Amino acid sequence: MLKTFPKGGVHPPENKMASGAAIEVLPLPKTVTIPIAQHIGAPSTPAVKRGDLVKVGQILAQSSGFVSANIHSSVSGKVTKVDDVVDSSGYKRKSVIIDVDGDEWMESIDRSTDLIRNISMTSSQIVQRVMECGIVGMGGATFPSHVKLSIPKGKTADVLILNGVECEPYLTSDHRVMLERAEEMLIGVQILMKALEVKKALIGIENNKPDAIEKLTKLTADKPGIEVYALKVQYPQGGEKQLIKALINREVPSGGLPIDVGTVVHNVGTALAVYEAVQKNKPLLERVVTVTGRSVSKPANYLVRLGTPVSQLIEASGGLPEDTGKVINGGPMMGKALNNLDVAVTKGTSGIVMIPQDLSQRREIKNCIRCARCTVVCPMGLEPYLLMTLSEKAMWENVETNDVMDCIECGSCSYTCPSDRPLLDYIRLGKGTVSKLIRSRKQ
Amino acid sequence: MNKLINVSPSPHSYGNDSVKKVMYGVVLAMIPAMLVSIFYFGISALILTAVAIASALFFEFAIQKYIMKVKPTVTDGSAIITGMLLAFNLPSNLPIHLIILGSFVAIAIGKMSFGGLGQNPFNPALVGRVFLLISFPVEMTSWPKPMVNRMALVDAETGATPLAMVKEGLKNNESLSSIMDRLPEYSEMFLGNLGGSAGEVSALAILVGFVWMIYRKIITWHIPVFMLGSMAALSGILWLVNPEGFADPVFHLITGGAMLGAVFMATDMVTSPMSVKGQIIFAVGIGVLTIVIRVFGAYPEGVSFAILIMNAFVPLLNTYLKPKRFGEIPKAV
Repeated sequence: MLKTFPKGGVHPPENKMASGAAIEVLPLPKTVTIPIAQHIGAPSTPAVKRGDLVKVGQILAQSSGFVSANIHSSVSGKVTKVDDVVDSSGYKRKSVIIDVDGDEWMESIDRSTDLIRNISMTSSQIVQRVMECGIVGMGGATFPSHVKLSIPKGKTADVLILNGVECEPYLTSDHRVMLERAEEMLIGVQILMKALEVKKALIGIENNKPDAIEKLTKLTADKPGIEVYALKVQYPQGGEKQLIKALINREVPSGGLPIDVGTVVHNVGTALAVYEAVQKNKPLLERVVTVTGRSVSKPANYLVRLGTPVSQLIEASGGLPEDTGKVINGGPMMGKALNNLDVAVTKGTSGIVMIPQDLSQRREIKNCIRCARCTVVCPMGLEPYLLMTLSEKAMWENVETNDVMDCIECGSCSYTCPSDRPLLDYIRLGKGTVSKLIRSRKQ
Repeated sequence: MNKLINVSPSPHSYGNDSVKKVMYGVVLAMIPAMLVSIFYFGISALILTAVAIASALFFEFAIQKYIMKVKPTVTDGSAIITGMLLAFNLPSNLPIHLIILGSFVAIAIGKMSFGGLGQNPFNPALVGRVFLLISFPVEMTSWPKPMVNRMALVDAETGATPLAMVKEGLKNNESLSSIMDRLPEYSEMFLGNLGGSAGEVSALAILVGFVWMIYRKIITWHIPVFMLGSMAALSGILWLVNPEGFADPVFHLITGGAMLGAVFMATDMVTSPMSVKGQIIFAVGIGVLTIVIRVFGAYPEGVSFAILIMNAFVPLLNTYLKPKRFGEIPKAV
């Protein structure tokens, strides 16, 4: 029996057409646009100004608090502007724009490909380095990694969980990392174990990636404490709370964090970034991005410098298909639709998915037939139909008492609704309003 | 490069399910029972079903178009289900004007007056049926005998349903075994060879539809199993206490509207609870009320009343029986 989470979930078509495409290095762009807020938390403070010459790996913006992250230059060249530019969220954000000139790296970064197995740093040195290198969660949520590695007083972790599930349809970047960068990634896992002072690490991978499961199982045979688990293909298996439940059968309490049940979850891509940061002193300045879609002529996985315009990735995969109706930053279940293809690849860009016109439009909304499918598929045990109705009627207190804040926005309810009702749209509205109410109560 | 592209919040992918698929799936599941009704009751059952469906579609269309002034949604299949279910719940030789009247009450009062699909608290077909039963008790209880006069438009030969015969007989102090001798074998009744409403007679045909709906994941097993299970349990206790005074559980399950109610009417999504916990209580309530009405009530059959009564509890069940939340923190006592 494959492990899985016990409640809810859906199984959208997997469409992993880029899973066989080896990671390609995308050529350097002419200019990069690097937003100073690429993570959850406080935007960083710019450390460069117009006209400055920067090297690859040089700090562009300083972390401005504990929950924040340093931003480094992904290229060498001249800063032409520090200005507000539309980013992938559709809002204008302060960004550093650099004209690329050559590829000159900071001397402190070890660019050799030698595998460094020996972990010489202490736990606190590792956390410090992860923070300096601006590592954030690479699965898409972009939560600063050093925060997760700093266990609050009174809490303990006994097991580290590595998220290699990649339950979003289409996306294959984590899959390729696990296949092609397995050894580095596993050293990254050992570094994370040392930082958290845990003896055990579990890697969860959905069963539609048998090659990755096999490879990692083989490589971890001689690494005590690291175990690989195949998981049932069921969305949202990669949801943090669902993954913890599936692997170690612990339930993160409502409003709590994984550390409340003694665990910390990191993405496999983050483990690779941690390896590079700790062993090679390389800040987070590039990532693997899947570029794919039903009509895309060359679905691929690219190693991309952060700040590269999305349009350049699409060009490399054969250009925007004629029938494209929507371009998504991330996967089709939780990704954001882009309204502008010049936006930059950031730390959280796991994929660019091009959806054909015929699948890109919302269907007509019909009456709710109270079939209860939304409550059946909700992995958090919520009642999406009820939350939607209450939000429509602006009954915010009832929205709150019906646990809207527990929603993980996986979209299973909207996906499954036979009446094509925009359940998640209204639940988000409810969540936003309720969190404002909660904040105003605290003041 | 920048051409007009759609922007909307996630998810950007949708499942293949639709209201039409759900509704026509149910219609398909009712076809075996309809064919059996035509086999046993002949051309009159066919006319009954056709008139009920056509009038249900007409009333829904007319009300949406001329009274509610919205885009008619009659093609979604829900009015066909209401029409078919109403027909299944009527004796096949009911006069046509009463069929149309029942259909009107079902659609206009039972469904559209609340706002249409998904808004009605009571099962519309049962609203129509109970309206007719109370208003026209004679016509509604003249059950044609199966397999006689199949080509006749109005079946002259009528008889009582097994449930009515048992009720009547026990009232006249007959012993149960002597009443049973006058009834067909259980195996015959299971196939549908007994007097009753057009679509309720064959437990077998209804079970075929049940299996199909489970296979297509249109319904879950909880409501039918718990409803029939609680009927069997309560009637079983009574039967064990006094086998000569109360009919046995098998008799209760294969006669009357038990199967039809459990599979097609109690499972109506619109009028049943949303959580599994709620569905179980709902189903047990129907089962218990059915047996109580059948054994102790004035009517020989109680499925329709039981379902309508429990329909009224659905909002309450939805309010108090929530699904178990993930990571629920037990409330301090």
